[in-house]
Amino acid sequence: MLANQWMGKEDLEVNEVPDPRILNDRDAIVRITSTAICGSDLHLYDGYIPTMRKGDILGHEFMGEVVEVGKGVGNLRAGDRVVVPFTISCGACLSCSRELFSLCENSNPNHRIAEKVMGHSPAGLFGYSHMMGGYPGGQAQYARVPFADVGPIKIEDGLPDEQVLFLSDIFPTGYMGAEMCDIQPGDVVAVWGAGPVGQFAIASAKMLGAERVIAIDRFGYRLDKARQAGATDVLDYEEVTVLEALQELTAGRGPDACIDAVGMEAHSAIGPLHAYDRAKQATRLETERPHALREAIMACRNGGTVSIIGVYGGLMDKFPIGSLMNRSLTVRTGQTHMQRYMRPLLDRIRNGDIDPSFVVSHTMPLTEAPEGFRMFRDKQDECNKIVLKP
Amino acid sequence: MTSTASPGLRRTARLLGLASTGLGVAMLRDPEGVARVAGVDDSDTAVPVITVVGARELVHAAGLLAGRPGWAWTRVAGDAMDLIAMGRALADRRGDRYRRLRTATVAVGVLALVDLGTALRSSRSRDEGPATDLPPTAPWKRAIAVSAATTVNKPPAEVYRYWRNLENLPTFMAHVREIRTPDGGRRSHWVAEAPGRRTVEWDAEVVEDRPDRLIRWRSTGDADIENTGSVEFVAAPGGRGTEVRVHLAYAQPAGRLGKVVATLFGEDPGQQVRDDLSRFKQVLETGQVVRSEGSPEGPFARRLLTQRPAHPRP
Repeated sequence: MLANQWMGKEDLEVNEVPDPRILNDRDAIVRITSTAICGSDLHLYDGYIPTMRKGDILGHEFMGEVVEVGKGVGNLRAGDRVVVPFTISCGACLSCSRELFSLCENSNPNHRIAEKVMGHSPAGLFGYSHMMGGYPGGQAQYARVPFADVGPIKIEDGLPDEQVLFLSDIFPTGYMGAEMCDIQPGDVVAVWGAGPVGQFAIASAKMLGAERVIAIDRFGYRLDKARQAGATDVLDYEEVTVLEALQELTAGRGPDACIDAVGMEAHSAIGPLHAYDRAKQATRLETERPHALREAIMACRNGGTVSIIGVYGGLMDKFPIGSLMNRSLTVRTGQTHMQRYMRPLLDRIRNGDIDPSFVVSHTMPLTEAPEGFRMFRDKQDECNKIVLKP
Repeated sequence: MTSTASPGLRRTARLLGLASTGLGVAMLRDPEGVARVAGVDDSDTAVPVITVVGARELVHAAGLLAGRPGWAWTRVAGDAMDLIAMGRALADRRGDRYRRLRTATVAVGVLALVDLGTALRSSRSRDEGPATDLPPTAPWKRAIAVSAATTVNKPPAEVYRYWRNLENLPTFMAHVREIRTPDGGRRSHWVAEAPGRRTVEWDAEVVEDRPDRLIRWRSTGDADIENTGSVEFVAAPGGRGTEVRVHLAYAQPAGRLGKVVATLFGEDPGQQVRDDLSRFKQVLETGQVVRSEGSPEGPFARRLLTQRPAHPRP
């Protein structure tokens, strides 16, 4: 089969590799019909996530048709159309039984590596380094799906791929980001990063009843998408001072909840600060460039909530703990507990509450994945979301 | 769990480290002065030699001050070099220089004895392992003792039952190839993998069996590897399943077999037991050992360093 392989920093190749086969009774093999490039794939592309190996298959947003199931998978059959969540969960450990699916205690065979970095290990992920399990990803023609009786969701009506594909990660991720804000009537929610995850966070915050949703980014076309998703206000951080603008918009209160949908490779309009973090990140003295998170904490109203869904990998500097502690802020975060959200969000798509295909800007064949990554990273051609067709 | 040096040993090692720092700094800052005190200021080579020795002292100091008593061996080697050099120099000196050099040589000799004592103690403390961790059934003085724990999301009775059927153990114990229980469970015959595609075998017997609570066993007769161990099952608080605690001890005979035991379990024997318990948890909770293309054996210490690329294999 063809697969998009990570060969090194900023070096991808679509190559012929062996087809996957069943390794465990609870595996399924899926023939992939659509797969997407995620913003978090760019952290791998840019070489900021440790424990990648040459030849690793990337991709964790994919869907397709079941072609084979192991004898432990009772709920799926060859021919079923499924969307696969990016987290791998066993469904039986204490974390899974508490619906903390992204903290599955069994799905990362390399949990020792993650424990060295993070103390304890989260769940295994598709195509996201060896620290996260060493699983091949879904930017390929086929994928092996472990715990296929727990993860994939069947799509039984004729919804097109583009409407349901994002149930694999970014729609539930944006939704959980908004849900963690515990939105009350009248709440103002600010969202840093108006990429696809931010756009879904904005749409979800509106769905959950936010009074106003403020999008913060520096690309006009992304801020336009944010408006389309439901943002009531947009801020270009290269044009305005974000903290001042938020004070202004909320008459001095600050947003009730702040969502960081940016993560470890943030940009800052403040040149020297950006250079400082960039230099420390390049020399591996910190793994993060957390401008968005710092700003989200400073901006949040007293007693408000900071919800982090942007991906971070390790350690950061200059964390405004004083602001967090003295102002009674609540931080909520996590990789998405996918199985909790896929079914209800599929229902929302069916009901017509949302059509997730609005994020798609480009569709291209899998063979053009390396070019797609470049475009997406460099924000060329108003690139918002790329769907690859194997 | 691995052994640690006693506090007294570490204190001595630190003091030696401080002594090395003092000597090293003095030698590097004022080699001429040191040469005068030692009575070798008449030699052309004294200053460069003292400078090199000063740098070497700082290397000893770095290791010892980092809390590694084993680095006393580097001081022992250094002392030997110094004493040989000083003994040679002594033969050519007369009068006041001879007396000064003799004093310096005696001082180095005394320090050398302290170094040797510290080095020997550090090696012994490594060999013996943590004797306090030995299960009460362990009859040996020299052993590798390890313990590990995990929490399994199943009731104690079920967890106990799986383990008590000893023939299940090879499912999650990476190095155990086969266990036979001819008489239904009290006695068992174990076959385990050893380096170089060899196998080691032993008979074992369950010496204590408290249903749903604890199993204790030990090897019997002429075992290739004498060992003893216990596994305890305790209900975790608040319906969190079962806490499983394993204590194992392996006799560490000197010579060939001692080496086999050591390499069988790699550098950190505790790691292997922890990996076995990870797989045990997976098997009980999910019915299988969880494998990825990068880690086809499931959780496995050696594989962490030699991950396969995450793509399928033919």
